Amino acid sequence: MANRTVDLLVIGGGIHGCSAALHAAMRGLEVVVIEKDTVARHASGVNAGGVRRLGRDYAEVPISQRSMEIWYRIEELLDDDCGFQRAPQIKVAETEADLDRLKARAADLRAMGFDHEVVLDRAQMREHLPAVSDHCVGALASLGDGFALPYQTTFAFQRKARSLGVRFEENCRAETVERVGRDFKVTTERGVFTSRKLLNCGGAWAGQIARQLGEPVEVAATAPMMIVTSRMPRFCTAVVGNETRPLSFKQMQNGTVVIGGGRRGRPNPETNVSELIFSELRQTAATAMAVFPIMRGATIVRSWAGIEGRMPDGIPVISPSSTEEGAYHAFGFSSHGFQLGPGVGEIMGELIATGRTNAPIAPFSITRFAPEAGASGSSPTHSQGISA
Amino acid sequence: MKTEPKTATLPAYDVVVIGAGPAGMACATEASRAGLSTLVLDEQPRPGGQIYRDIEASDSGRRGILGKDYEAGAHLASGLRASTAEYLPGAVVWNIDSEKQIDFSAGGGSRSVKAATIVVATGAIERPTPMPGWTLPGVTTVGAVQILLKTSGVVMEDLVMVGSGPLLWLAATQLIAARTPPKAIVETVPAARYREAAKHLGKALPGWRYLAKGFAMMREVKRAGVPVHRDAEEIVIEGETAASAVSFVSGGKRQRIETAHVALHQGVVPNQQITRLMNCRHRFDKSQRAFLPVLDEHFETSVDNVFVAGDGAGIGGAKSAAMRGRLVAMRVAEKAGRPVSGERETLKAALRKDAAVRPLLETLYAPSEDTLSPADSTLVCRCEEITAGQIREAVALGAPGPNQVKSFLRAGMGPCQGRMCGLAVSEIIAAAKGEEPSSVDYYRIRPPLKPLLLSELADFGAEEAPRQAAE
Repeated sequence: MANRTVDLLVIGGGIHGCSAALHAAMRGLEVVVIEKDTVARHASGVNAGGVRRLGRDYAEVPISQRSMEIWYRIEELLDDDCGFQRAPQIKVAETEADLDRLKARAADLRAMGFDHEVVLDRAQMREHLPAVSDHCVGALASLGDGFALPYQTTFAFQRKARSLGVRFEENCRAETVERVGRDFKVTTERGVFTSRKLLNCGGAWAGQIARQLGEPVEVAATAPMMIVTSRMPRFCTAVVGNETRPLSFKQMQNGTVVIGGGRRGRPNPETNVSELIFSELRQTAATAMAVFPIMRGATIVRSWAGIEGRMPDGIPVISPSSTEEGAYHAFGFSSHGFQLGPGVGEIMGELIATGRTNAPIAPFSITRFAPEAGASGSSPTHSQGISA
Repeated sequence: MKTEPKTATLPAYDVVVIGAGPAGMACATEASRAGLSTLVLDEQPRPGGQIYRDIEASDSGRRGILGKDYEAGAHLASGLRASTAEYLPGAVVWNIDSEKQIDFSAGGGSRSVKAATIVVATGAIERPTPMPGWTLPGVTTVGAVQILLKTSGVVMEDLVMVGSGPLLWLAATQLIAARTPPKAIVETVPAARYREAAKHLGKALPGWRYLAKGFAMMREVKRAGVPVHRDAEEIVIEGETAASAVSFVSGGKRQRIETAHVALHQGVVPNQQITRLMNCRHRFDKSQRAFLPVLDEHFETSVDNVFVAGDGAGIGGAKSAAMRGRLVAMRVAEKAGRPVSGERETLKAALRKDAAVRPLLETLYAPSEDTLSPADSTLVCRCEEITAGQIREAVALGAPGPNQVKSFLRAGMGPCQGRMCGLAVSEIIAAAKGEEPSSVDYYRIRPPLKPLLLSELADFGAEEAPRQAAE
């Protein structure tokens, strides 16, 4: 079965694929998304849901800011509130040395022209986090951040895109990707798709696509582990991290507490199965109890780990292909891609439709992994282990 | 708290049996007899499972109430006690990994053991019965009423039993024997089903004892003067803050019975939690109207050295469960290179005979249409208060299956881990899509299988040596 040649074929139905497809369709492109499983099956549907600018790699700050602007009007864009709640993101310091590092970071950002991250002294921190443990000395916060419901969000992107004519082919894995004349030809067990342009949003599986485009990169499959508790009385309205110990902590509107933070399980990208490693996860439990003593009484009802692509330097690839004109990449978000989804989709839509973008995406070029790349591209700094 | 290092020094067993009902007790006894090191982990304080719950503690009066079949459990329990199998009661298994490390909670702390072979003998659970009012206080299940009867002898007065299935009739006779007969039985078996079931009568004859027992139970109910309303449909449990009445259509007219206590039942289905967690393959059995693990002729799942014995392999009842348990043990011994008991073929023949009555029962007591496709306003997921209508809306929006509906609506995300709604959700989605439950499949089951204290996890394996990199 051969399909009509479309303007853009997106490989991967996660938040980045769906968002880019939507933005490309908004610019008038005819778009097909192929997804090997179902939309939002992996990291996009089961991440911790943090909408976080706080603590990002410096290179990511501008695009994270751009994405935040879209989050603030997400319902207008998608006709769905995505469960988005504005809430402070707060990274607590357990020691003065931790706090000093956070202060230094805030100063760096101010020098770069960004003032969204602010230092909180102990009293200010306690105002936002009345339940925080007494031993915490202060915090760094981004007060205008928030959180959202990941599956609802990605599903909303899919539905909005579909309403603008984007076709989604689920359970449809890209087996081979090749260039045929000016077009791309992608073979799946459900037929051949041809397109003028191609976007690789394959997440943990994106390396297979990049390799076929002549751009081999190491994309490690990882499985950030998460816990959710039974409902508890409301005690926390912010999303909380920790400067030294991996933690991502939030209480949802319904009272359940979602705890993650980058401790990793065992992913199996071949079978789609991810396995929890409880001897690792126990440290997440211990950190949560150390920061919030009330958690000693919490009960875990479920834990899980989505499969996620991680780059060797911990920041994503957001880039035109350097080998095949008309091919693009947006993958390897390394456990912090959820917040970036709306913004990077907009950037990719613009880049693909017009051939250019003003967004500072040079640090995310795929060429940084080319053997001869050497010192080109910016060296990433302050990459964070916190999951999105 | 005692902690076990989570390394190669974990206690290891040839066989770990999970569950001490008839299948688990028989399996562990047989396995240890074959010389296999065997551990039984069971949630209850004493062996017996649900069917023989508290069998060792029940006095002769209580056993009289529960019936002669209940006695068979005492024999199994004493067999387990006399065997060399280690038996650990009060042990709640909350995770099993792909290396067959079993994590469980017991005595306030969590520990792990390693198994060469795992036998899942976690039996059956009652089928979810979504209907208007089923979440009201005062509404319970027939199984729960039986547990009360077995453990404390306590029963409710004015109980109205609603639904269908052999367990409903058995519980009714036990209530009568306890001198607290149900106020009424409202049976949801459509009249036409008797004719359909009768087609299986010839093949069911080897199981005539079951049929005779069934008729005897119905006669006993009649003799006790319990009103039985047959062919009931459109059931509504009324009440504002608690159940106050059951109303239904039977014999062409709506009827109403006032009561504060209602027990629902639509049969039992295999408990899939562990086999789902372990990523065993499952299939949807149209006759049992439930998901069953895919098993070979020796009850081994698609995962090597993971077996299912008892009702978890497909509903067969207590006698079959015990036979299956023994057969599984024989197969495990055989795989371990031990001689196979000559009894195996005899057991297999007995198992086939015991199963003869099943097609008839499965046809007669298939779940009612009302509970398979509840009205839009009926709650399906009790934990998160999600209605059938919300599930159908999510499907209409494009959610393709139970896991997306779960992510979207939180159905199945509560403390019960979907045990109370999973099958109903799969059925509703399948019907809404015009597909079979087999193609929409079931929730992915995540650990912990049962709620676990965060503090217990924080202490879990805390003395472990260097952490492994989790790549």
